[in-house]
Amino acid sequence: MKILAVESSGLTASAAVIEDDLLKTEFTVSNKLTHSETLLPMIRQMLDISGIDKHSLDAIAISAGPGSFTGLRIGAATAKGLALALNIPIICVSALEAMGCGLSVLSDGVICPVMDARRGQVYSAAFRGGACVIEEGARDIREFLGGLRGLGDAEDTEFVFLGDGVPVNSDIIAGELDRDVVFAGAEYNRQRAASVGTVAEVIYKKWLVDNSLTAEHVRTAGADSITCFNDRVMNSDSFAPKYLRKTQAERELAAGLLEDPGLHSLKKLRAENGNGSE
Amino acid sequence: MMTEEPSGLIMMTEKDITILGIESSCDETAAAVVKNGREVLSNIISSQIDTHTVYGGVVPEIASRLHCEAINGVIRLALKEAGTALEELDAIAVTKGPGLVGALLVGVSEAKALAYALDKPLVGVNHIEGHIAANYITHRDLKPPYVCLIVSGGHTHLALVKDYRSFELIGRTYDDAAGETFDKVARAVGLGYPGGPKVDRAAAGGDPQAIVFPRGEVREHPYDFTFSGLKSAVLNYINMANMKGEDINIPDLTASFQQSVVDSLTSRTVSCAREYGIDTVAVAGGVSSNTALRREMERCCRAYGIRCLFPEPVYCTDNAAMIASAGYFAYMDGVRDDEAMNAYPNLKLCTGQ
Repeated sequence: MKILAVESSGLTASAAVIEDDLLKTEFTVSNKLTHSETLLPMIRQMLDISGIDKHSLDAIAISAGPGSFTGLRIGAATAKGLALALNIPIICVSALEAMGCGLSVLSDGVICPVMDARRGQVYSAAFRGGACVIEEGARDIREFLGGLRGLGDAEDTEFVFLGDGVPVNSDIIAGELDRDVVFAGAEYNRQRAASVGTVAEVIYKKWLVDNSLTAEHVRTAGADSITCFNDRVMNSDSFAPKYLRKTQAERELAAGLLEDPGLHSLKKLRAENGNGSE
Repeated sequence: MMTEEPSGLIMMTEKDITILGIESSCDETAAAVVKNGREVLSNIISSQIDTHTVYGGVVPEIASRLHCEAINGVIRLALKEAGTALEELDAIAVTKGPGLVGALLVGVSEAKALAYALDKPLVGVNHIEGHIAANYITHRDLKPPYVCLIVSGGHTHLALVKDYRSFELIGRTYDDAAGETFDKVARAVGLGYPGGPKVDRAAAGGDPQAIVFPRGEVREHPYDFTFSGLKSAVLNYINMANMKGEDINIPDLTASFQQSVVDSLTSRTVSCAREYGIDTVAVAGGVSSNTALRREMERCCRAYGIRCLFPEPVYCTDNAAMIASAGYFAYMDGVRDDEAMNAYPNLKLCTGQ
């Protein structure tokens, strides 16, 4: 079973192929080019150099979010286009869950992926022993740290932090927690497609078993003939990123701030939306 | 079959060229299958207008989100309606700009992935060239050269179309696009969004000579447009009336405003055709469905023996058939884009980027 994993929720663009518990290939690039210019060329070069025929893929795993709105959509539309053309399913993986999974087996502590969500917030979640102990959400870093303190772990339980929300909040993290915290090293502290693919493979295998299907059957029949999809394994038409945050316009409308939408406020919204991440 | 190449040379081609067009530059998610640049096999448009209306205009982040949700379903429907399988396509054409960057990126990323996975050529299309191509669909015999006026919510361009892919920009707006002015005036008099069709309807019962509004001119650039003075004049008129406690006759106001826009557009377009000795004028873009513009442009063109063309209304506003059509002429010219193609929100006509 071959799964192509795509991750573009943050600054890092990453693609990988997982085949039967083996990482066949992974390309990860953190540079200033937009994902639009890097992601697909990277996938093509990666598959070429690894000798993997795109038609042999069983599914596309995508990091569904949270993260940069525009980054998520470039990955989503890329995955949707590939899945539509190759007639294979999409496996939807939380960016935070993927970040947490790699470390879960290395530490019996609490794994805390934290992504910078701007506006003074972080996208965060916490995992212990592979189980989610704090649900993913967009929140103030102090609220998240309060949640960690409330877990009631013993004094010697370590908290392992990773993600691009760590550098901007490291002082607060160290100051608010009454114990030593560990910051993950370079190989784990950003998003990686290998982690997305690893989580996706578990999800996909479980879905196959639950529905008495084999990977071979899905590959031969094609995703379009499958009807038993759920919210993790789906047809490419149904997939959309999980932003964890409404748009600024929707928030203002809900707060009654847009009763008389003038040109000024619209222009302001456009300016703010220009960077693609509120 | 015999086809005429963009260059005008007669050549033999082995088969029809079928192109899937994808458009997501603003608030319509659209896909279409078009044969040989002119024969529309399907034209699917998923409009987000109802969602944006409550905000008084298009909210880019909402537009981008909705594109991402709708795009595969829209493409699938376009293929189904055309009776064309993905494998049967000759190329994928997609709007690469200008437009809202987040919205464009959805179509661009999708099209690149499709082209790569299917091993089909990818053709990035300038949205403004797409609007120009809309007339090739409605008027199968239309060939360059002709003068094209492109008027929409985002663009006001007067171009000389020298060949299918060769344009000379003769005039453009210095400030607002014509369609944008309609939106602003509609908002000021409480007609709501989108302004174009609402002003058109309200003006139908009004007297276009009732109020004298200015016709903006740009010094030393006779073919350029300016609408900001007109917009200010309309807003001043409304403010004055409100201060004096007078009722505003909305049909007269909108008809008089509309007449000013129509006069500016028509006079320059017809002068341009006459100066360059061109016997055909084509109008494109959302504003080309405005009834007053159609009437006046046809009247003026007729007076000088100029042929006057408009697309069918469905090809006036944003659609993917026009993108597939423009993509066809680019494809025939050998244009091929690769997986690194980006979205270009400020793409200009003629620059060739």
